Parts: sequence; C-alpha cells; structure tokens
Amino acid sequence: MTAIELHKLVKSYGAVKALKGLSLKIPKGSLYGLLGPNGSGKTTTLKIICTLLAPDAGKVTVSGIDALQDPRAVRQEIGYVAQEVAIDKILTGLELLELQGDLYHLNKATRDKRIQELVDRLDMAEWINRRSGTYSGGMKRRLDLASGLLHEPKVLILDEPTVGLDIESRSKIWKLLKEFHKQGKTILLSSHYLEEVDALASEMAIMDCGTVIAKGSPEELKKELGGDRVTLRVKEFSNEVESEQIQKLLINIHGVRQVVINKAEGYSLNLVIDDEAVLPFLKQELAKADFQVFAMTQSRPSLDDVYLQATGRRLMDRELEVAGQRDFKQENKNSMR
Amino acid sequence: MTKSNNLDLRKNFLQTRMNEIAQETFALTKRLFLQLIRRPSTLIVGILQPLIWLILFGALFANAPQELLPGGMSYGRFLGAGVIVFTAFSGALNAGLPIMFDREFGFLNRLLIAPLSSRSSIVLASVIYITAISLLQSAAIMATTYLLGYGWPSTVGLLIVLVTLLMLVFAVTAMSLGLAFALPGHIELIAVIFITNLPLLFASTALAPISYMPTWLGWLACLNPLTFAIEPIRAAYAGPFDLDMILIHAPYGEVTGLGCLSILMVLSIGLFLIIRPLLNSKLA
Repeated sequence: MTAIELHKLVKSYGAVKALKGLSLKIPKGSLYGLLGPNGSGKTTTLKIICTLLAPDAGKVTVSGIDALQDPRAVRQEIGYVAQEVAIDKILTGLELLELQGDLYHLNKATRDKRIQELVDRLDMAEWINRRSGTYSGGMKRRLDLASGLLHEPKVLILDEPTVGLDIESRSKIWKLLKEFHKQGKTILLSSHYLEEVDALASEMAIMDCGTVIAKGSPEELKKELGGDRVTLRVKEFSNEVESEQIQKLLINIHGVRQVVINKAEGYSLNLVIDDEAVLPFLKQELAKADFQVFAMTQSRPSLDDVYLQATGRRLMDRELEVAGQRDFKQENKNSMR
Repeated sequence: MTKSNNLDLRKNFLQTRMNEIAQETFALTKRLFLQLIRRPSTLIVGILQPLIWLILFGALFANAPQELLPGGMSYGRFLGAGVIVFTAFSGALNAGLPIMFDREFGFLNRLLIAPLSSRSSIVLASVIYITAISLLQSAAIMATTYLLGYGWPSTVGLLIVLVTLLMLVFAVTAMSLGLAFALPGHIELIAVIFITNLPLLFASTALAPISYMPTWLGWLACLNPLTFAIEPIRAAYAGPFDLDMILIHAPYGEVTGLGCLSILMVLSIGLFLIIRPLLNSKLA
C-alpha cells in the first residue's frame, strides 16, 4: 500500500527550478528518509505534500486522496512538523496545543486527554505552562512534534526534525520516531544528516537538484555500491603531482576499483577496493615505489559514498557549494503568503 | 433515500460545519485576546493617544467663539465626537498587524496546514477581535468626555453611535486586512498606517467645522469617510436624532443622517468585496 505518491512534480521559484519532475512512492508504515543537501528540494517537496504549496505540474496523492483536488481531506491525514518552528511566543505551550486541537476540531475532552498523553510522553510537563518564548530549540521541537501528533494523523511529516538540536533532544525524538514506526505509522522525514537517515529510515531516497537520484533501503543502497572504502595519505599534506603518481600506481592494482583524489583534504586518496585482501598487496606496491603510508583508514560504504557515486560529489562539499548561493531572505519572501 | 432523510443529512452536515467554524474562529479569537492581555500596550496607547488629543486640543481651542461652531456648542463638546471616531478609526487601522506578523513569522502557514472548515475563520477572528478592541477604546473615550462634562447621548443616540462606529470599524478593518496581505512586510504596513492616520484626521470635521476650512480642504473633508461617521455621532450627542436631519453641507450637496450611514455601509461592504479576491488567493 502506498501512503504518499508523488508523480512528476515540477516547481519553480522564478528562474530557480526547485523540483524537476520528482516522482516518489512512500509505502504505508514506512519510516521514509529523504536525504539530500540543502537546496535539493526537500522542503519544497514536503510543503507540496502538506498542501502549503501548489506544484506547477504533477500529481500528489495522500492515502489515495488527490491533494490538489481535496486539500482539506489531505490536511486531516497529515501531521506536519516544519523546519523553522513558528510558534506564538506569548502563548504557553499548553495554549498552543489547545489552539491546535481546536483547529483540528477535536472535542474538548479528547483534546485535553491527548494533550495530557503527549505532555507525558514527550516529557514536557515541567515547562508546558511557561510561555513558549522561553523555550530552547529542543523544547520547541518537542512542542511542535506534539502539535503534529495531536490529531493522530495517519502520516507524520517532519522537515529536518533534529537540525540544530542538542544531543538529548535529538535522541528523544529519534526514540519516539522509532516507536511510531513500530506502531505502524507512516513517517516521512527529510534530513541532510547522513547518520540520521541511516539510523532511522527503513526506506529512503536521495535527492539532488530537484530530482531523486537513488532510492531503496539504506542497507540496499550501500550493499549495491559494494566494496570497501579506503582513505590513504602518504603525507599529512601531499601535493597534486605526488597524488597523481600514486593514483596511477594504485589504479593498476588488481582489486582496486576506483581511486579519487580528494583535493579538499590535502590530496588524500579515496579508494574503492573489492575486499580487505587487497590491502597488504597495496602496501607492498607503495613501499616498492618509495611511498610511505602516513595514514590509512578503511570503512564499509556509507550513504555519503552512495551520494558520491551518484553525483560525483561529497554531500558536505555540495552543502558548502550551495551555502553561498542561496538567498534565504528571498526564499522567505517567496514562501510568504 | 427519502427526501426528508436527505434534508436531514444536509442539515446535519451544515450543523457540523457551522460548529467547526465556530470552534476554530473562537480558538483564533481567543489567541488574539491572550496576546492582548499579556501585551496590553497597544490597547493602552490606543486610549492614551486620543485622550491626549482630547485634552490638549480641547484646551488649545477652549476659547474658540461658540457662535462659529454648529449649534453653538462648546469646543470640547464639538471635539468629543471627533475624538471618539478617531479612536475607533486608529484602533481598526491596526487590524492587519497581527495577520502581517503571522505571515512574516510563518504562523499563518501553521494555520493553513490545519483542515480549517473555512479559512474565513482567520479573517473573521481578526474582525471580531479588532471590533471589540476599537469599541472598548471608544467607550473609554466616551466615558472620559462624559466626565469632562461634554454630555452623553440618549438611548437612541447611543444606538446611532454604536451603529456608526461599527460600520466605520468594518470598513477600516477591511482596508487594513487587505493591506496586510498586499504589502510585503510589517514595516510597510506600519508606514501606511502612520501616513493615513493624521491626514485623515485633519482632513475631516473632527477638529474643526467645514466653515473654518478653505474650499479645497472642505471638499476633502466632505469626501472623507471619517466625516460621515463624526457628524451622526455629533448629532446624536447634540440632541434628539433624526435620520432625515441634514448633517453635512457639502460643496456637492447636503447629506442627511441616513445618507451618512448609507455611505458608511456601502463603503464597508464595498471594501470587503474588494479585498475578497485577494484574501481568497492568499488563503487558497
């Protein structure tokens, strides 16, 4: 069963194409991770699902309901936890939850009962009667999670749920999401944290520049990629000439699949090898050519490697690249009603 | 299914929908009042400012020759009606501010994600809130004018005052809400409020009768919606009110009490009709 289906979504902000024909199926009961660097279109996708934005073209279905035809019914299905938490600072957390309950037309008894449950469950009792302006980032996020859950939605959507949070709040939210997943709720979350998606998601898609570039379970994606990752340095800081020499040397060794020079990290070399057995041989060859091994680390493929494979860039590098280009002020203006 | 059954279903559906709209509107209005109670400065300033007008302007022109004022009333009495209207007007002018802040801080998005039965609830809550506040502020000013010895209207007069203020408040609220959605941010909105406020006051009959004014200003005053609210209230304070009484001797003709009220009504309905497409598109 499919909880959310996106079909060829297109969305532009002026000249900027945020989504370029994005298609995605999110199975019922999955904890679905949407991984991608900032600016890859994650938030736009989530906003379209939540009926906050209309796509320029494409189709959105939530629990079988067409979101463009019947947005109100879709809103009832969804609980949304936005990226920047918009709360009314002057109200207390409890008052905000009550307002939320009334906007979803819960009757008073149900509303108050559920609020009590969520306050206990999210450990908010101590401060829920304080004005929300005094809350820390973690408290705000928990409050927002509570308001997203208040009407017991079938689908919970979270945009970067733990960005900028302290470790305690983060692990609390992770634990909760895992619980909901176990209870069979459908959860869709976006993140640019690899470990978050890796730790939580039962299924995932990697987004880049407004399209999906890979999808599957985190395990599958890593397995498909295969091989082990080795990072090699012959000196703390090498140079271009030297690293190219080593690249030529290593690429000819049987069992070495790929050698990439990482200029950003002092011309270290990133290798993909078939298995560990290649390593002793690799060291031998280096010694023969008079190169010393300054440092060598070996790891299983990570989601970052999946991203690297698909785009030719590391997620972090892409992040830095985009960081200077985005005009958040303009984006805010665009998203203002 | 029988016909009556069908009708029952429809009635039920309507009933549910009305209940839902009432629930969400009540919740949204409650939020605005909670904000006000915890941050009462706007309410207080909204009363203080007209009060200062009343006292300072009243003192400034206390010795104005009474025969120059309509009906030979004292200047304080004359000014009272103007300040009451000004209070309601500047109160209602702020109607768009909460919505503008909600737009800017993204709280509006939170409201729009909820399955509101009607998004008019958001607008309706603002109208209820600002109407209550403006009337409260005006009542405070009316009480002050009474204490200053500027009189109190009869029961019928009080009704006229209430109806007049309500229609003015609706019209101004509609304009302010429209601006709150049309303008890019609160700075622009505050700027518009700021530059609308005083010129409309001066170009009305709040502070001086038309006979004091040069022709061009007289023309402006006779086109100014504030004048159509001030004159009925002034008449209601002056004595028995009659809808056919001529209240404004405008360069373009004479306007009766009924004329003033009709103009205000057309204005408030017209403004709501004008901003409707904008609200629909912004809240779609």
